[in-house]
This record gives sequence, structure tokens and C-alpha cells, in this order.
Amino acid sequence: MIEHLLVPILSGTIVAATPLIYAAIGELVAERSGVVNLGVEGIMLIGTVTAFAVAFAGYPAFVAGLAAAGAGALASLVFAVLALSLATNQYAAGLALTILGSGLSAFIGHNFGSASLKTIAKIHVPILSDLPVIGPVLFAHDAMTYLALAITAAVWWFLYRTKAGLVVRIVGEAPQSAHAIGYPVIFIRYLTTMFGGSMAGLGGAYLALAYTPLWVENMTAGRGWIALALVVFAAWRPGRVLLGAWLFGGVTVLQLFAQGIGIKVPSELLSSLPYIATIIVLVAISRNPQTLRLNAPVSLGQSFRPQG
Amino acid sequence: MMRIVLEPRPSPLPFMRIVAPIIALVLTVIVSSLLFLSLGLNPLSTLEIFFIEPLSTLNGVSEWLLKASPLILIGLGITIGIRANVWNIGAEGMFTVGAIAAGWLAITFGGGNHIWLLPAMILAGALGGMAWAAIPAFLKVKANANEILVTLMLNYVAALILSYLVNGPMQDPEGMNYPQTAAFDPSAMFPPLVEGMRINGSIVITVVAVILAWLFLDRSFVGFQMSVGGAAPAAARYAGFNQSRSIWVGLLVSGATAGLAGMMEAAGPLGQLTPVLSPGYGFTAIIVAFVGRLTPIGVVFGGLLLSLLYLGGEAVQMSLSLPASVTRTFQGTLLFFLLAADVLILYRIRIRRR
Repeated sequence: MIEHLLVPILSGTIVAATPLIYAAIGELVAERSGVVNLGVEGIMLIGTVTAFAVAFAGYPAFVAGLAAAGAGALASLVFAVLALSLATNQYAAGLALTILGSGLSAFIGHNFGSASLKTIAKIHVPILSDLPVIGPVLFAHDAMTYLALAITAAVWWFLYRTKAGLVVRIVGEAPQSAHAIGYPVIFIRYLTTMFGGSMAGLGGAYLALAYTPLWVENMTAGRGWIALALVVFAAWRPGRVLLGAWLFGGVTVLQLFAQGIGIKVPSELLSSLPYIATIIVLVAISRNPQTLRLNAPVSLGQSFRPQG
Repeated sequence: MMRIVLEPRPSPLPFMRIVAPIIALVLTVIVSSLLFLSLGLNPLSTLEIFFIEPLSTLNGVSEWLLKASPLILIGLGITIGIRANVWNIGAEGMFTVGAIAAGWLAITFGGGNHIWLLPAMILAGALGGMAWAAIPAFLKVKANANEILVTLMLNYVAALILSYLVNGPMQDPEGMNYPQTAAFDPSAMFPPLVEGMRINGSIVITVVAVILAWLFLDRSFVGFQMSVGGAAPAAARYAGFNQSRSIWVGLLVSGATAGLAGMMEAAGPLGQLTPVLSPGYGFTAIIVAFVGRLTPIGVVFGGLLLSLLYLGGEAVQMSLSLPASVTRTFQGTLLFFLLAADVLILYRIRIRRR
């Protein structure tokens, strides 16, 4: 009996968490190098509409995903020129990107009015997928779900086990020192920002290709912003991004189930739970000033201009 | 390899602060012409439909001011916030809560033809916006929670509360189940300024707010303290200026203006509450504040410009059936170019070979 409820809820949690994992892990790398990109929401939308357009034109899903990642990187390049080369306020530049992405995606997307896509195939792993409970929960997802986990692991390995990752962290903690040693701070931040953009693009693509394959204006519904909150919640550590994303995926799926079985609570209250949960989680993590001071990259959000 | 280098100017170029928005506008017009061209439209005639035609009739001017008014009002509040380094991107939610608070009064007391109703609604609009803004302010001061993310999340919550109310407790009982409230009684609406046009008395509120904001920012000590705190937090701390107070003032003021704007929209052109009250005024007002150079007088010009972008978007939607989202695309482009042009205030751009 419990399987009938537990399996779809857990499996749905993993699906709902996937776009958040992409967007948050990309933003995490950018923030570790000192760049806050408030444009994640806009980039996700650009990724969604790109994936939708490419898949709608008949190309296979992986081409659509690649195109979305490319479009995301390109969009974040615009942000990077402004925030890194021209040293404008990062918050303002990010907001501009979110507004632009929301407008541009709606502009392109209005062609797809009520068109829908076929969702990408689920992978059936022999034996493992047939296990009770664990099988359908863990081993019956599409390739993009597993890719998100693989990328998270790769980011962890990169940041903590490679020299390049160390350099990224130095750039975020002490850009002037990194510059003095001879590392190209701005160039490195370009790379991390564009990685963040391509990941946000992929997160957006996941929405189009797997989650709700139907174009709706602003269909990311704040996921880009939730991803930004997740990075804070994760205290800028990749492993905890997964934890946070599953938590939010769980809240999202639980409230959908609650609406589905007709719990006597207004559906709007349930729909607002993921947003309220984001606020609660932010408060919980920020309350202890030590947590942020110890973990937040020192130069976060500050423009870098080489001195000397 | 070519390298773009920013070379600090010996001293900032103040007139660039005024020129930069003009450069940004020109670049936006160029980009939009290219967009029109790529859609197979004649750029010149499309630009005329976009920028000139909306203002060619008296009614068009009325619509222009009607849309500029809430943008200016919200932009003033956001300006005061950003001056104190408080980033309120939740004006959309505060707008909604202000409209709900005023709308509740309108529906409850609308039948009685009370003379106090409209003033009470104005008060309720401001208080509603402030109450919504108090949440991020409290969480920022007490728990250090990032106000950008909290205000943004609350936008979604406010929109859902509104949706719940117009589908439930506040729904028009005789409205054939449409998700909207009953139409407000005339005693709960602003009187029109010109018969037959939508421009109404609420514009007085915006004019008064511009003057108050100017007095506050340029003439008051608290305003000065907040600006110092925003520009140089360390200096402000050293001088003993209170940072918590800046956060409270920055958010409550922008909450009040956004709530007022929401009330003005409900008691003006809308005349009822519907599931969507604002075409993104809360976000657009951020651009208004930047175009206005974070000064009250500048915000007036910024509001007029961004209002024109709304009208132009509606015009090309109607006559050329372009999607209305063309407006948001231009808004984002304008802010991008503006931020880029602002670099010229402090820096010279040099291209070096190496």
C-alpha cells in the first residue's frame, strides 16, 4: 500500500530536483570564483525556449540540450562582459539578464502557443530497475537526471581535487592575490560564469524536454531564484546542493500530491509552499553569522580591477 | 590579442550620468530596428508605431501618464532602497498586497457611499505594501537573510494569495464564477481628471511623492545617512549610522510606494481585483530607478520613458500582431546598455594590443 504513494513521491522528488541541481551547481561554481549572477532565472528561460525550439524542429533531445547549454553560455557571456570587463554592479547586470531572458523567451516562445513535445526516454537498467521501490525511485529516470548527478560529482572533484579548482577558489577568496601570483582573474571568472550559464541553460532544457514539455510563458516559475537560494543553503558546497535540491523537489512534489488527493487546504497555499520553504531555509542558514562568514567566498559580488 | 582596458578618469564625468541613458536609448532603438528588420518589418514605420503614434492623441497622452504614474511611484521607493544598498525586487508583491488591502475595503464598504472610503483605501494600500515589505526587512535585520531572494520569493506568494482571494473569499458572487471581485463602487475609485479618459486623481499622489522623495534624499539627515551607508558601509559604521534603520527605511518606503501604486491601479484603471494586476511594474520600476540615475527628478523621466515602452509594445501588438513581450525584451536591452554606458562616467575605454 505504502509503495503506491511512496514510490511516485520519491521518484517525483528526484525529477523535480533535477532542474534545480543544474542551475544551482553552475551558479555555485560562478560564486566560488566571486561572481553572483542574478540572471539565472532569465538564462533558464532562454535555455527552455531554445530546447523547445530545437526539439520542436525535429532534432533529437541531446541536440536540444546542447543547444540550450550553448544559448545559456551565450546569455551569460553578455552578463560577463558587463559585470566582469566593464565592472558594472553584478546585481544590476544580473537583473537585466533576467528581465531580458523573460522577455526574449516569451517573444520566441509565442510561436509555440500550445505545442507540446514528446518527453525524453527513461533509461531502463536491467535488474536494477526491477528492484522493488528502489528500482523505480532510483533507476528508472532519463539520462539528464543522471547527468545532473554526474556533473555535481565532477564539480566536487574539480573544486577540491584539481589545481584548476583550487585556482577558482583562490580567485573567489582573494582575487588580488591570485592576480599578483599571475592568474588571469577576469578570464577565469568568464569561464566560471559561462559554465554557470550553460548549466542554467541545461536546467531550463530539462523543463522543456522532460518535466513539462509544453511551452508556457515564464514556465521556470522562479526556479532560477530558488537555485540562487540553494547555493546559499548549500554553504557553497556541491554535496549540499543535492541535499537542498531534493528537499525542494520533495516539497514541490508533496504539495502536488496533496492537491491531487484533494486535501482541504486551498491549492494556492500548497503551491506557495516551495517559495515559503525557500525563505525558511534562507533564514535558518543565515541566522548564524558564522556559517556565512566561514563559507561565503570573500569577494562574492565584488567587481575586480587589477591593482598594481 | 586585443584587450579592452578600463582606464580610470582623473575625476568622474558628471554629465555622462545624464548622457548615458540617452546613449542607452539610442542603442536600444538600433537593436530594436534590427529586430524589426529581421522580422520583415519596415524599421522606420515600426518605430513610428512604437514611439510616436501612442502619443499622437490626447487619449494616448492620458494612457502614457496613467502608466507612468505607478512606475514613477514604485521607482522612487526602489531608488531610496538602492541608495541605502537595499535591493528590493519584491515591489511586484508589495503592489499586489497593497491592492488587496485597498480592494478589501472597497468591497466591504463600497455600498455605503462613504466619503472616507477612498482616503482609507489609500492608507490601506500603503500599509499593505509596508506590511509585506516588513517581512524581508525583519528577516534581514534579525536573521541576516538576503533581501533580494526573500523579496523575490514573496512575489510568488503574494500572487498566489491574490489568486486564492479572487477565486474564493473575495470573488464576485454574481460574477458567473470569473476569478475577480465585484466592480468597485464609484466612491471607492479615483475621479477621472478628464471626462472620457482614464487618467485620474491618483496622479496627485505620485506628484506629492516625487517632492517628498526629493526632500528626503536631498534635504534630510536620515536620507544622507542612508546614502552614505549604501555607498560606504565602513565609513557609515564608523560614523555610528544605524544600518538596521537603513534596511527598515529602505524596505518600508519602497513597500509603501509599491502598495500605493497597487491601490491606484485597483481603484483606477482596473476598478476591481483580478488574478493579474500588474504587467510587471515592480520589475520595470527597477529600470526606472536606474534610468532616473537614482534621483527623484530623474525617476520622473525614467517612468515616462518606460511607460512609453509599454504603450509601444501594446501598439505593435495591436497593429502588427507582435507579441507583447517585445516590451520586456526592450526593457532588458535598455538596462544592459545603460549599465554599459555608465562605465563611461568613471572610466575611459582603451583598446590595447599586446
